[in-house]
Amino acid sequence: MTENPNQVINDFSMVVATANGSGSQTSNMALIRALFRMGIPVSGKNLFPSNIQGLPTWFTIRASSDGYTAKRDTVEILVAMNLPTFAEDHAGLSPGGVCFYADDLPKPQARDDIVYYPMPIKELVKEVNPPKDLKDYVANMGYVGIISEMLGIDLEAVRGALLTHFNGREKPVVLNMEMITLAASWAKENLEKQDPYLVQADDKTAGKILMEGNTAGALGAIYGGVSFASWYPITPASSFADAIREYLPELRKENGKSTYAVIQAEDELSAVGMAIGAGWAGARSMTSTSGPGISLMAEYVGLAFFAEIPIVIWDVQRMGPSTGLPTRTSQGDVMFVRYLGHGDTKNVILLPGTVAECFEFGWRAFDVAERLQTPVFVLSDLDLGMNIWISDPFDYPDEPMDRGKVLTAEQLEEIGEFARYRDVDGDGIAYRTLPGNEHPLAPWFARGTGHDDHALYSERPEDWERNMDRLMRKSETARDLVPAPVQDGSGKARIGLIYYGSTETAVQEARDRLAERSEIDTLRIRAIPFNKDVVAFINDHEVVHVLEMNTDGQMHKLLQLEVPEQAAKLNSLTHNNGLPLTARWIAESVVGPEGD
Amino acid sequence: MATTVETRKAKVNMAGLAKADYKGRPSTLCAGCGHNSISSQIINAAYELSINPHEIVKLSGIGCSSKSPAYFLSKSHGFNSLHGRMPSLATGALVANRSLKAIGVSGDGDTASIGMGQFIHLVRRNVPMVYIIENNGVYGLTKGQFSATSDHEQTLKYAGVNPFMPVDICMEALTANGGFIARSFAGDPKQVTELIKAALSFEGTAVLDIISPCVTFNNRDESTKSYSWGREHQDPLHDVTYIPKQEEIQVEYEAGETTEVKLHDGSSLVLKKLDEEYDPTDRSAAIQLLESARANQVLATGLIYINTDQDSLQNAEQMIERPLSELTAGELRPSEDSLLEVLEGFK
Repeated sequence: MTENPNQVINDFSMVVATANGSGSQTSNMALIRALFRMGIPVSGKNLFPSNIQGLPTWFTIRASSDGYTAKRDTVEILVAMNLPTFAEDHAGLSPGGVCFYADDLPKPQARDDIVYYPMPIKELVKEVNPPKDLKDYVANMGYVGIISEMLGIDLEAVRGALLTHFNGREKPVVLNMEMITLAASWAKENLEKQDPYLVQADDKTAGKILMEGNTAGALGAIYGGVSFASWYPITPASSFADAIREYLPELRKENGKSTYAVIQAEDELSAVGMAIGAGWAGARSMTSTSGPGISLMAEYVGLAFFAEIPIVIWDVQRMGPSTGLPTRTSQGDVMFVRYLGHGDTKNVILLPGTVAECFEFGWRAFDVAERLQTPVFVLSDLDLGMNIWISDPFDYPDEPMDRGKVLTAEQLEEIGEFARYRDVDGDGIAYRTLPGNEHPLAPWFARGTGHDDHALYSERPEDWERNMDRLMRKSETARDLVPAPVQDGSGKARIGLIYYGSTETAVQEARDRLAERSEIDTLRIRAIPFNKDVVAFINDHEVVHVLEMNTDGQMHKLLQLEVPEQAAKLNSLTHNNGLPLTARWIAESVVGPEGD
Repeated sequence: MATTVETRKAKVNMAGLAKADYKGRPSTLCAGCGHNSISSQIINAAYELSINPHEIVKLSGIGCSSKSPAYFLSKSHGFNSLHGRMPSLATGALVANRSLKAIGVSGDGDTASIGMGQFIHLVRRNVPMVYIIENNGVYGLTKGQFSATSDHEQTLKYAGVNPFMPVDICMEALTANGGFIARSFAGDPKQVTELIKAALSFEGTAVLDIISPCVTFNNRDESTKSYSWGREHQDPLHDVTYIPKQEEIQVEYEAGETTEVKLHDGSSLVLKKLDEEYDPTDRSAAIQLLESARANQVLATGLIYINTDQDSLQNAEQMIERPLSELTAGELRPSEDSLLEVLEGFK
């Protein structure tokens, strides 16, 4: 390849602007997978409305030879397919950018700092003449063909991408490739390359996978042995249950029968009730939802906390409440979930930051829940859960399943006594028995408050005090059972940055941006309760920023409660407009504007 | 006295258990409460059926009725859950371990007010369990408010006059396509026991709406939930006798006098005709019966509707027979090779 200083290789953010429901998802996936197959690191973010058809939607593909996959502030390439947003999208293009547009759309007043490529989509699709019901889908392949030609995307890679998309079925691949090839040839003959953006095959995606966090989490749950999953449809969590329902049938059958059940409940209140019933009865049990569902689950989660029932609740956070911004991302459930339930509840929370961690925490959450006999929340968010990320392939669980302290009839016979809520081992975790255990000592009666250590009804103050003391001990035990934070940096920097969840990729990119300007140490929290490393990190840094995507600085406040003597040096950095964070915003928030 | 000891020894069922093995903790409900009578009939039914207590789970919501699972079957696991939300907990528990027999005890507030949604969906899914509503038409624990089954225009001491029509729980269960719907009266212990036994043999949700008077807040003669009203207005549809699988039908009935309903586990329910012909497999007849009972102010009791052809939830989900709770780690976690295969689809 010739080294042309004006060329920009494998580094751009492309926005495809379409109307919701116009069948562009397959085209966007074809582009993103083709780039991925060419060895170029990519990410895909779907910015979509709460709507079935008609409202604007934008799909952003970022290619980055440096492997950056977070949202980027700038857009270099626009694919304009939707008239209502054309003018605004066009105005937002970076100088030197490129505008591909469907040529039946009236072009806004031309800018002289960008390059225009018209796309005769309607003419091209006429030539292919697909069946009527597929026309929109095939038409969208027109931009795939033209962009591929103009950027240098290998059509064989596009074909492979489509084959993956259609699960190896040739027929739809042939039809779509006809349109793509036609469009590419048209571009070759009729368009002259005037922009600097190019893609070239690389080797940076070898062995990697492209996946959404919801799918990764669902697979994690499956490899964690989930046997019962209940759910109620809600954006952005529905695709989690979809993935469970897609993969369980091929992975968990015995003589044609299911060794699991996935139940769509009548609401989230019922969904969590079912999960708790199943957890009590001894199944690995979970429910997946988003903030509004969590609100409905509050009473039952509190009961499960006090009755000490293991369940996993996967919360794909979105902006809340009600309608308006249900399709926008947020980290707004942290404080609510931590204390969900009335009375003194302190829920365990796992915070995956990557797709690979969605998988890992998917299985690990069951081990933690069954070990601690308590509801375990996993807080993902819309950006991590529904968008497409590049990842190393997942590691198969490297630890045996931990089913926790469950006594069998044989063990009861040997021990000769059983008290459901007695702290035998001093870690606050009592032993339990499952319904169906035939030993006469096994039965116990579950309820919320008001039980002694034999689970018998008791209103004696000292019984309840003792129980609450034990739950406090259990909460302390949890600190070392949950995933430890991940730290980066020399550990000697003046500035420490604490963050969590889906901001991971943006923070990594920001670190690189900041490398020449300022040294920072970072700590990514991966679970609540915090372990001692979190406290040490705060102690060891002069200034500690706490970065998150909510307005109140919820994690910041939780940390202030944890280390009150250090509260004053914790600085809250919050961003909450529905969009994922960018590296530039983080860098500027930590050390001030660039270029000063 | 020696004879008494001997009698005690002899009094065990086929599981080798005495009646005392089915008892619970002392009741804290009011003396004379209908719920205590129902608890006794649950004990009798389980004892007479020789069910091992560990095969049963007791579930409830919140309220006087929902306290009662503590007062029977101490040797069974139990869960006193949330107000109106027992059905979902039951659903999960019985999917996790389908070998368990579940006895759920709820009340009219717990089922027909706060819990109506979960109740309807439990019935719709046909989750196999005995679902008893101890229906007294009043909130007892919170001291005498109207419930959703309180009589229209009835007067209660603190609550005043009720301007609303009552919910008919059996009608609700019918419209939700319930497969076993019965109504009974706590003052008719024999019928209650036989219906509970049959319900325990039914592979689906068995709804038992049992009028169970509240002696403290709603037992005045004019209340349809009082003992005296029940005694005066009860009109049994039939004489109910449960025949376990192992036993031959001993009693001889004249032809045309009885209807026999076969239940899932091979047992049957013999319904001896009383004054009028009633076919409990006829859904529209059931609806008519409830309508006319309401119009004529009678307490029609017995098996109102039965349909043994509907799939239980576990069968609808095509689940294995073995409890999911007994799956081993090896059965729960798919192989490493399968993961590699799945991930291939994402490259």
